[in-house]
Amino acid sequence: MIRYKSNLIILMVSRVVSPFIMLFALYVIFHGHYSAGGGFQGGTIMAASLLLMRLAAGREIAQLQFRTILGTPLGSIGVLIYFGTGFMAMLAGGEFLNYGFLPFAGFQAAELRSLGILMVEIGVGLAVMAILVAIYDDLLEGYPHD
Amino acid sequence: MYWEIEIALFVFLIITAVLSLYIKDLLTAVVTLNAFSFISALIYIVMGAIDVGFTEAVVGAGVTGIFFVVLIFQTYRRSID
Amino acid sequence: MKIINWLLLISFGALLVYASFGLPNRGDADAVMHREKSPAGSQGASSYYIRNAYKDANTPNMVTVILADYRGYDTLGEETVILTAGLICFLILRRKKKNSDDPI
Repeated sequence: MIRYKSNLIILMVSRVVSPFIMLFALYVIFHGHYSAGGGFQGGTIMAASLLLMRLAAGREIAQLQFRTILGTPLGSIGVLIYFGTGFMAMLAGGEFLNYGFLPFAGFQAAELRSLGILMVEIGVGLAVMAILVAIYDDLLEGYPHD
Repeated sequence: MYWEIEIALFVFLIITAVLSLYIKDLLTAVVTLNAFSFISALIYIVMGAIDVGFTEAVVGAGVTGIFFVVLIFQTYRRSID
Repeated sequence: MKIINWLLLISFGALLVYASFGLPNRGDADAVMHREKSPAGSQGASSYYIRNAYKDANTPNMVTVILADYRGYDTLGEETVILTAGLICFLILRRKKKNSDDPI
C-alpha cells in the first residue's frame, strides 16, 4: 500500500494545465470534420484532464468539478444522443442512421449529413468521457482516503 | 521510403516489450508499457494511419497508464513471480 | 518440456513469417482491395468511398465520413460496448455503504 500525499507544486501545475487540455479536447471534437480526430479521441482527452485533477487534488476537491454520481447517467445520455439521432432520421421518413432525412428545414441533404455527423460525434465524446471517469471512481471505491 | 526510421522504431518496440515483461518493479513496467504504446503510435503515423495513431497515443499512452497506476496503488508494487 | 516450448514457438514464428510473404506490399495500387472491380465483378467499396465521400456528406475528412455515416452501425455498437464496460465496472466494484460516516 502506497500512501497518498498532497503536494503543492503538482496541485498548482495541474490547475494551470487542466483547462488547456479541456480546450484541446473541444478542438479535437469539433474539428473532426477537417483533420484527424473525432468523438472518441476528444472524449478521452477530456477524461484525461478530469483524471489529472482527480489525481492531483484528491477526492473531495475533484467532486466540485465532476461528481461521482454523474458518471453513468451521462454515459447513458451520450449513447441516447447517438441513438436518438438515428431514430429521428427514421421517424422523418428515412432509414435508421440515414442523416439525410433529419427534420431540419433549410438545409441540403449533404449539409444535413454533415450536421448529423457532428451530433453523433458529440454523443460519442460525452459517453466516452463519462464512462472513463466512472471507471476510475469505481476502481478507487475501496481505497481509504485521508 | 522511410525504412531507416521504421527499423529503428521496431527495434525500440521490441526492446520496450521485452523490458516490460521481465521487470520486477510494476511501476517501471507500467512506464515501459506506456513507452511501447507510444512507439507503436509513432509506427502507425509513419505508416500513414493518422487516426489510429492518434487513438493509440491518447488511449494507450494516456488513460491506460492512469488506470494501471491506480491498480498498483491498491495492491503491491513488487511482482510475485 | 522447455525444448518442446521453444520448438513450438520457433515453428509458429517461422509459419507467421512465411505467411507474411503472401501479403501485398504497403501502398500497392494493384492489390485486390484497391482495384476498381472486386474479383466477383461488382464495384469495389473503397473506390466508391474515395470518389463520393465529399459529395455525399460535405465533409473533407474521409475517415470521419466512413466511421460516422457509412459505417454508423459499427460506431453505435462500439458505443454500446463502452457503456456495457462502464456498467459492469459499476456493478462489480461499487460496494454498498456499510458505515454511514463515509462521505461519498
